[in-house]
Amino acid sequence: MLRSFGWNEIWFIVTAIQWTLILSAIAFGGGALGGLLIALSRVSRTSVLRHAAQGFIRVFQGTPLLLQLFVIFFGLNAFGIVVQPLTAASIALTLHASAFLGEIWRGCIEAVPKSQSEASWSMGLSYRDRMRYVVLPQAARIGVAPTVGFLVQLLKETSLASIIGFVEITRAGQIISNVTFEPFKVFSLVAALYFVLCWPLTLLARRMERRFALSGRS
Amino acid sequence: MEFELNFAPVFASYELLLQGAWMTIQLSASAMAIGLVLAVLGAWAKTSGPNFLRGVVSGYVEIIRNTPFLVQIFFIYFGLPSLGLKLDPYSAALLAMVINVGAYATEIIRAGIESIHKGQLEAGYALGLKPRQNFRYVVLKPALRTVYPALTSQFIFLMLTSSVVSVISAGDLTAVGSTIGSQTFASFEVYFVITAMYFVMSIGFSSLFSVIERAAFRYPSNR
Repeated sequence: MLRSFGWNEIWFIVTAIQWTLILSAIAFGGGALGGLLIALSRVSRTSVLRHAAQGFIRVFQGTPLLLQLFVIFFGLNAFGIVVQPLTAASIALTLHASAFLGEIWRGCIEAVPKSQSEASWSMGLSYRDRMRYVVLPQAARIGVAPTVGFLVQLLKETSLASIIGFVEITRAGQIISNVTFEPFKVFSLVAALYFVLCWPLTLLARRMERRFALSGRS
Repeated sequence: MEFELNFAPVFASYELLLQGAWMTIQLSASAMAIGLVLAVLGAWAKTSGPNFLRGVVSGYVEIIRNTPFLVQIFFIYFGLPSLGLKLDPYSAALLAMVINVGAYATEIIRAGIESIHKGQLEAGYALGLKPRQNFRYVVLKPALRTVYPALTSQFIFLMLTSSVVSVISAGDLTAVGSTIGSQTFASFEVYFVITAMYFVMSIGFSSLFSVIERAAFRYPSNR
């Protein structure tokens, strides 16, 4: 018997937001750590590190996220490691976010005038102090807007976890669509929920970008 | 315990995989071509169109850019039939990709148009160009050169994202892979090979685009 698309069904989809947010938070947190390592490796003076980081970025930016998800999910299972969809999705999205954030932040680090790092070098600061007190704080200021922009992309990309069976907003929508046979209403609601999550972030990123463009001119 | 990887069934169906890859390239190229037309119209509307059109285009761009591609496909393939528009998987995939890339490219081209200095436009008018000519020769052409790198990376991103249309079995590379995977129980091996194929495709296209860039935009820029 068909269920009607009532408040219970709407509530089921709305509460699935928490899983989208949890997955996004894991991927963003992990990706921030990984991305920092990648970015620092990309600007490192050790060429092995530079090339390794560049290869990592190339592979993750040059292949579809969906396939990265499949390779990790089915790969771990093929080697006898049974993983939950959430675990596989977290690993894949973390690696994916590390590559993208690494590349974004590399650009920000390189945008800090070289004289800054030379000045701190001549003042006798160690590599760690130079990065921590001089270069990274200035790079961070440049990096906030594109990072928020990437967060929007990441939030949307968590929807792919539904394909390996993780129940977040999109998967919840599919489940309800299958039992109510109201795909039009269901996917309108799902799209609206993503929009409500993403649009404020988009606007924020845009405002920060504009403010930075103005302040950078002086 | 031992785990053996079995690539034999994957390589046995290499013809199917190549067909899938061709389908992916074809889908992405068609979507990009139609999407670009949409984007030029959208960018025109957003920069010099009437107010209400500006609002409509902004709404379209914001909705598409702030919702996942997967949900857009579901909406078009499963949702639209209840409005009487029933599409086969291939057309639904193409439509979803056109609508999606159209929104991103609209923003890219709009940014390119806004990078054209206003004095250049006024110079065009002073030379007696009609508004449409002025848009085409003074604004669009130099703007296209400025946005070329962004558009080509958008194309590669589109090609990678197109793997998502496999959820409605649109016959693309990933869809072919899923079929082979479920027939041979060698899912990991299939997906591994397909990932490598996408990698080769994206590297190939980005080299091709940089060759074209060097050939087509060789004339000196004013910057």
